[in-house]
Amino acid sequence: MSAIFILIGASLTIATGFLVAFIRSSKAGQFDDSVTPAVRILFENETVQKKENKTRK
Amino acid sequence: MGYTSSQVEKETHCYHCGDKCSAHPVIAEGHAFCCDGCRLVYELLSENGLCTYYSLEKNPGIKQEEEKHDGIYSALDDPAIRQKLIQFENGNISRVIFRVPVMHCTSCIYLLENLHRIHSPVISSRVNFLRKEVTIDFDNAKTTLGEVARHLSAIGYPPSLNLLDSEKGKKKSWFDNRVIKIGVAGFCFGNIMMLSFPEYLSHGELNTTPQLRTFFALLSLLLSLPVLLYSASGFFVSAWKAIRSRTLNIDAPIALAIAVTFLRSVYEISFAHGSGYLDSMSGIVFFMLLGRFFQDRKHDDLVFDRDYRSYFPIAVDVIVNGKEKASPVTSLRKGDEIIIRGGELVPTDALLLSDTTLIDYSFVSGESEPVKVRKGEKIFAGARQAAGSARYTVEKETSQSYLTQLWNNDAFSREREKSSGAYIDRINKWFSSAVFLVAFSSALLWLFIQPTNALNVMTAVLIVVCPCTLLLASTFTNGNILRWLGKEKFYLKNPGVIERIAGADTIIFDKTGTITTSDNKAEYVGERLSEEEQIGFRSLAAQSGHPFSRKIAGYFANADRLPMKEVRETEGKGITGVLNGKTYLIGSALFAGKNGSLHDASESWIAVDGKVKGRFIFSHQQRPGLHDVIREMSGKKEIHLLSGDNDSQRKQLEKYFGERMHFNYSPEQKLNYIKRLRSSGKKVIMIGDGLNDAGALMEADAGIALSDNMNSYFPACDAILSGEKFRELPTLLSFTSVANKVVTASFIVSVLYNICGIYFAVTGQMSPLVAAILMPASSFSMILLTTIAVRIAAFRRINKSFRT
Repeated sequence: MSAIFILIGASLTIATGFLVAFIRSSKAGQFDDSVTPAVRILFENETVQKKENKTRK
Repeated sequence: MGYTSSQVEKETHCYHCGDKCSAHPVIAEGHAFCCDGCRLVYELLSENGLCTYYSLEKNPGIKQEEEKHDGIYSALDDPAIRQKLIQFENGNISRVIFRVPVMHCTSCIYLLENLHRIHSPVISSRVNFLRKEVTIDFDNAKTTLGEVARHLSAIGYPPSLNLLDSEKGKKKSWFDNRVIKIGVAGFCFGNIMMLSFPEYLSHGELNTTPQLRTFFALLSLLLSLPVLLYSASGFFVSAWKAIRSRTLNIDAPIALAIAVTFLRSVYEISFAHGSGYLDSMSGIVFFMLLGRFFQDRKHDDLVFDRDYRSYFPIAVDVIVNGKEKASPVTSLRKGDEIIIRGGELVPTDALLLSDTTLIDYSFVSGESEPVKVRKGEKIFAGARQAAGSARYTVEKETSQSYLTQLWNNDAFSREREKSSGAYIDRINKWFSSAVFLVAFSSALLWLFIQPTNALNVMTAVLIVVCPCTLLLASTFTNGNILRWLGKEKFYLKNPGVIERIAGADTIIFDKTGTITTSDNKAEYVGERLSEEEQIGFRSLAAQSGHPFSRKIAGYFANADRLPMKEVRETEGKGITGVLNGKTYLIGSALFAGKNGSLHDASESWIAVDGKVKGRFIFSHQQRPGLHDVIREMSGKKEIHLLSGDNDSQRKQLEKYFGERMHFNYSPEQKLNYIKRLRSSGKKVIMIGDGLNDAGALMEADAGIALSDNMNSYFPACDAILSGEKFRELPTLLSFTSVANKVVTASFIVSVLYNICGIYFAVTGQMSPLVAAILMPASSFSMILLTTIAVRIAAFRRINKSFRT
């Protein structure tokens, strides 16, 4: 029986950890803009590549 | 008129902005450009290795319509303005957020985020595409705010700099808050549900291990506290406000139900009867918050509450000791001398110092033609300098000017009656009374049968038939309707507007810019022009900043542009110039030598070597589909026309509006007209576009602003309709009436659920299991039902009419 107490305690602790992570990220503005980051991720690789090309020349 | 270019050249599009090029485009590095402005931007980008801009999207650039006067940007370095714009400063690093309304594609994001490669003191720039904002961190020791703005403008992304932007508070949005509330409620709901399963599934076996049972119950209670105190706090606050103002909104019975559920659960847990209804409680809070969130999802880039401040520029050139100096508009004082350039706004009531000038009042008063003003005459704030530049003496401070006085009217300060879901409130009133009736009478009944059970039964009724399904139905219906209207480019400010539009019986149109297009078109009447003459007139027209000249230049867009000689422009009369020995003339009838002919301000005559060739007529075109729009609505609604313009179009419009037409109305008169209609019991929709309609839009039950360009200014309103969708107006307006029907239908379904629930409650069999099944079942079926119903209605009404 005591196994259940431990298990529930552990699962709640982990779940609370995720909740705190969610609240923090939400406060930091992670959910403010749902479009730009998806686009931005495409550029960064691309820009680096460009610079490399230039140096090779 | 024949094209002067061959088929291939006709297809040439500008590499930068994608506009059609003339026969001889500007060529640079193997690419064709429509104008030097576009070429310059391209060269700037190519120098800095930013040509990816052109590979991400096809022709992503923005054409620079007017020559920018850079003076305004130096005004940003004025300490007072600078302080308003800068978000924070830390040593050398300053952060500013600019609104860049022209941003529209992936390339824009790319370029704006690489601003540091064009202007090295910029440390980083981040775009928020939905809000059309760019956050820029820059080194304030190496550059200034004005310099950053100038660079943005140079690459074709001028930041929006108006009074309102500069006065915007730096408040944190409530949005975060809401997401976190939903997150917390969802978290607690899930965990309580999990802890409740053993109880539901064990068929009473759990009773043999009271230890475990108490543990689960106490843990559930602990988890339900954040839901009650944090997530559901909005319902309690709103209910309290309603009670204090002696009204009943839907939040009041919901708050009561939540409180009763919680208290009864606490009672049951602490006296070891059972585990309570905490899972149902947190579940319903979670679903209701989700519904509200879905309903209120906003169009981030649209601002509905603008006033005159978002129309006026942030700064203006003031002459101090014979020198021009950009200075904030808010610091203008009576007697200041200011310079206004072509296309700019006169930011305050002022007297003209120059001899004559042309003023375009279309936005302020609805007059469609530019007006000629002489020295010493008074110009009202909001007028646009139509051509050339002129000097003025300031008469009044901006906040005191004629136009801004309108905003002092009650209509603007009055807290609008929040009829958000008034229909739902009406249903709720008798629904709640019915619930209380059932609750008390069943309690009374049980008092005779078994008194100990009376309170139990009463609370069970209150728990099971809370109007939360009603709230869910209305929030999801509204959310879906807003989404469908948004797809058709009809954006509503809030869900309450749906009902106000649906209930309206009177529709009032503005004329200029609303039922006519905001752009007037040039139409040529006269002799056929040779190719050479076309070139001549195009080149001449391009020399002048007069709006008519621009239209004429646009009319001959396919002709070449060559340098003219001896160009002479007489303000308010016309322009002459010489090309290949021939003298070309564009101007008023008198100027062209048509003596005695009727002088019409909306005409321009053209002549070669003193011989009149013909004239251009500029007229505001009626919006396409106006006829059908009026025909479809006239049967059901009363239609009026209110115009600030003169009645020259009375004849053409009579067939649509009959007697209900009024011309030469000032913004104030428009407002009062609507006030009169409303006090006679009419429900009024006002459809307008300009500052002169601002008062009327506010006063009406629903003010709809028509806008051809979502980036440009539109006054404060309840809804925005894109100009291209004008033809669909009747369909879109009638679609709003779907809301009440769907809510009624889902209400009937929820009553069925409730009867089912009441049966269990009244007979005293309300177990937590029954509640735990009923609650999610009714919530999910509400969400499904409303979504599907609105979707069917949308397909039937919107899509059908669009296909034909």
